[in-house]
Amino acid sequence: MSTEPDIHPIAKHDSAAERPLSQQLWWIVVSPSLWAVHFMVCYLTAAIWCEKAGVQADPFALHFAITVYTVVVLPVMAWVAWSSHREFRRSEPPVPYDFDDPADRTHFLGFTAFLLSLLSLVATLFTVLVFVFVRSCH
Amino acid sequence: MNDARESDLERSQARRLLKAWETPRGWRYWSAVNNSEVGLWYTLTAFAFFLFGGVLALVMRIQLAVPENDWLTHDQYNQIFTMHGSVMMFLFAVPILEAISIMLLPEMLGARDLPFPRLSAYGYWCFLIGGVFVCGSLFFDAAPRGGWFMYPPMTTQYQDGIGVDVWLLGLSFIEIASIAAAVELIVGVLKCRPPGMRLNLIPLYAWYILVVAVMILFAFPPLIAGDVLMELERAMDWPFFDVSRGGDPMLWQHLFWIFGHPEVYIVFLPSIALVAMMVPTFARTPMAGYGWIVLAAVGTGFLSFGLWVHHMFTTGIPGISIGIFSAASEAVAIPTGVQIFCFIATLLIGRVKRAVCLQFVLAGLATFIIGGLTGVMVAIAPFDYQAHDTYFIVGHLHYVLVGGTIFPIVAGFYYYYPFVTGKRLSERLGNLAFWLMLIGFNVAFFPMHLSGLIGMPRRVATYPSGMGLEIPNIISSIGAFVLGLGFVVLLWDVFRPKSKQPLVRRNVWDAGTLEWSGEVPDQPWGIRSIPIIQSRYPLWEQKNLLEGIDRGKFYLPDAEEGRRETLVTSAVDAELVHCLRVPGPSFLPFWAAVFTGGVFIFSTYHWWTAAGVCAVMSFCTIVTWLWTGTAEIPEKPTKSVGMGQSLPLYVSGPSAVGWWAMFITMLGDMTAFMSLVFGYFFYWTVHEEFPPAEWDGAEVYGPGTLWPMVGVALGIMAWCAVILARKSNRSDRSIAFYGAAIIGIVCSLLSALALFYGPYQNGMDPTQHVYTSSTAVLLLWTILHLVLGGVMLAYCIARRIAGRMDRQHDADLANVTLAWHFIALTTVITGATVALFPWVA
Repeated sequence: MSTEPDIHPIAKHDSAAERPLSQQLWWIVVSPSLWAVHFMVCYLTAAIWCEKAGVQADPFALHFAITVYTVVVLPVMAWVAWSSHREFRRSEPPVPYDFDDPADRTHFLGFTAFLLSLLSLVATLFTVLVFVFVRSCH
Repeated sequence: MNDARESDLERSQARRLLKAWETPRGWRYWSAVNNSEVGLWYTLTAFAFFLFGGVLALVMRIQLAVPENDWLTHDQYNQIFTMHGSVMMFLFAVPILEAISIMLLPEMLGARDLPFPRLSAYGYWCFLIGGVFVCGSLFFDAAPRGGWFMYPPMTTQYQDGIGVDVWLLGLSFIEIASIAAAVELIVGVLKCRPPGMRLNLIPLYAWYILVVAVMILFAFPPLIAGDVLMELERAMDWPFFDVSRGGDPMLWQHLFWIFGHPEVYIVFLPSIALVAMMVPTFARTPMAGYGWIVLAAVGTGFLSFGLWVHHMFTTGIPGISIGIFSAASEAVAIPTGVQIFCFIATLLIGRVKRAVCLQFVLAGLATFIIGGLTGVMVAIAPFDYQAHDTYFIVGHLHYVLVGGTIFPIVAGFYYYYPFVTGKRLSERLGNLAFWLMLIGFNVAFFPMHLSGLIGMPRRVATYPSGMGLEIPNIISSIGAFVLGLGFVVLLWDVFRPKSKQPLVRRNVWDAGTLEWSGEVPDQPWGIRSIPIIQSRYPLWEQKNLLEGIDRGKFYLPDAEEGRRETLVTSAVDAELVHCLRVPGPSFLPFWAAVFTGGVFIFSTYHWWTAAGVCAVMSFCTIVTWLWTGTAEIPEKPTKSVGMGQSLPLYVSGPSAVGWWAMFITMLGDMTAFMSLVFGYFFYWTVHEEFPPAEWDGAEVYGPGTLWPMVGVALGIMAWCAVILARKSNRSDRSIAFYGAAIIGIVCSLLSALALFYGPYQNGMDPTQHVYTSSTAVLLLWTILHLVLGGVMLAYCIARRIAGRMDRQHDADLANVTLAWHFIALTTVITGATVALFPWVA
């Protein structure tokens, strides 16, 4: 009966510099950060518009600006979601749960980034829907 | 024979390790900086403030038990509800999460201590001094009386006395402690994990704390910026919130709630993190949906910053803005719900053991869900118009805060009590406390929804009879006392003498995470040797792990040089990077906190001389602390840390924890600055003409264009000089280093001077109009930073002269360079805003 701690050899390290972005911690906050930026610019645009252009102004310019922001942001989020999905579907899911292995780490980061991208897409659509339903300042 | 030699070696290693980590005795005990002591003091102090806030709540419930009660005057009542909110939020909810994290996190991560123990101690002493000062004001009839959110213009024009200043300065001082803890916790989670603990193996508690600490970093600075503006208005008459001179009280509401809404998630997530540690233990199965919970933590952290205007639905802002924030307020329910489903799923999969902790966890989840549902109601603007400022809101916020924060913390008390003391709390008393609290809470707060819907407004000292408010209020008051009784039982259980009770066995709950690897009674070293982690629940899944830890088979089993050491690893994969020497006991943090506190406290009474003396003393203490305790050049370049590994004892730049701390601190600093910039542009949006050509018949003078631009140019030159100094030091050209550093100091001071001279020469008057005051505050902020940048450079010169910094050991200079990147950015943004924006406005 051995009492030596049972340590299997640690998997080969790959240094942080060599890893692609999708295997770093930053990857999971890309989509939520895009949501935050989109949210802020929508809010600021609407606030400035309502203060400066006045309540009676034709909201076409406002809607155009919001459309531009959204068209820029949504595809990037969708791309992050898609590539994260590829990342975590590539390997078998760690069953029953993760161990100390770079593949497991990649799977985890991919999965979390994928979920966060979906959440960010939903939240961004929520923001855009407000402009669809409310149309103008008041 | 070999075995005997081996055990001799183990014993002598343990002796040396124990000596290095020994807790100081006698009166020197208070110089301790180790996370176990500081965390314990922090927890007890925060809990004491909680009891104080609770007593205030009971006083309010006595006053409100019957209509037209004159037991308290209106003014006393205002002070009491203000203090209840402020104490519960600033002196209990945030500090307790920091306290529990400081105590538990290193043990969960198998670290011997957090990377900056003295910073934790400093934060604790700041918290204690500031908290006592703020609470003490109540006994001298000098407490703040403007509500926990201190809305101007009431607090700037209609409230004399020092109450508001006590609140502003006392709490700003405590917020500094919170940011210090945030820096500590972020670096702790990212850099001080045991080897092998990759991101996907971190205990969930650490994920939550990482998110929360980042939230603190972005949420508290806007409030600090708001405090600065309000204090400038009160002390110097700069009209930020005075409508008669172009100010706007709405800016305060924005800044306060940009802090205030993330704040409620900041206090909720760490408690849910405790739940995430307890649920797997009692279900005896790993947490289901680890990735989903990380999504919930990170997602909630982000979305919570998009909710602040839902506290301002009735302020008359455009409907479209209301819609945007209403939508985000509904979206945040998604991640919040996800984690609750994960907990329920784990409990369903597992074989649940009955325990008081688990009862509190379940009560917390149920209560929180009820509060969350009323939250979904008030996030809908039309409903909020009706419920705003009524007792419905009081009911809602207490359901989420007590359910989401307090009940899990009480569960945490029962769960972690053996971890701290080696004894158990009584299950029988725990059951009694549980039912008293659960019943008392619901009886106290559920009727508030009804009294709110009937139309009872918040923050009024009494109410008329005959409106149907008598019955819900008397029921609420009775329930509040039952709830209070539950806490008395808990208090008795925690503090009753337990000397006859035997010690518990090791890992009393059979948990799977590393903090339960400690021996009973606990040793001050934190962990005997730092293991390699290869699973999420190492105590369940790694064979012979405890044996290996105890026999010093892993890393750092020894302290040959008698120094306190811990491991620093890389952020994602936890690969070994560096062996960090952490400082030992010292009174310096205590004195630094005393003098820093003096600055804030004396400023409240406008005793400027005393405050100035304290400022100088605190500066000297902090410099002494840095000089003697940081970036020390080791006696040898590398050290063997066990298991055949050698690690460097000194690193600088991004591998070093100090560099990360500087980076994180400067991010917080930048956030506060951007809040001030936001204020400037906010005033531009609300005025037809900004900057105004004249105001009240007098011409308005700005800072001009020339001198601010000269200031920016000099600032950029100083920044280039800093970079050159760093390069010269790297290549060991000492003349070039000293030259560049001196040029840097001169340019930074000249830049500060130019930024001052522009408005001075133009005759700009900050008290005239909000345009001049918001310009002046940006310039003042930048000038302070430039001067500080100059001081940092002088410190580096002194370090090099004293032989404490050389070409390889340049951590000081690396951190100062990093700070200078931010200072240069601040200068450029300020220059562009005050000198160029008026041309396009």
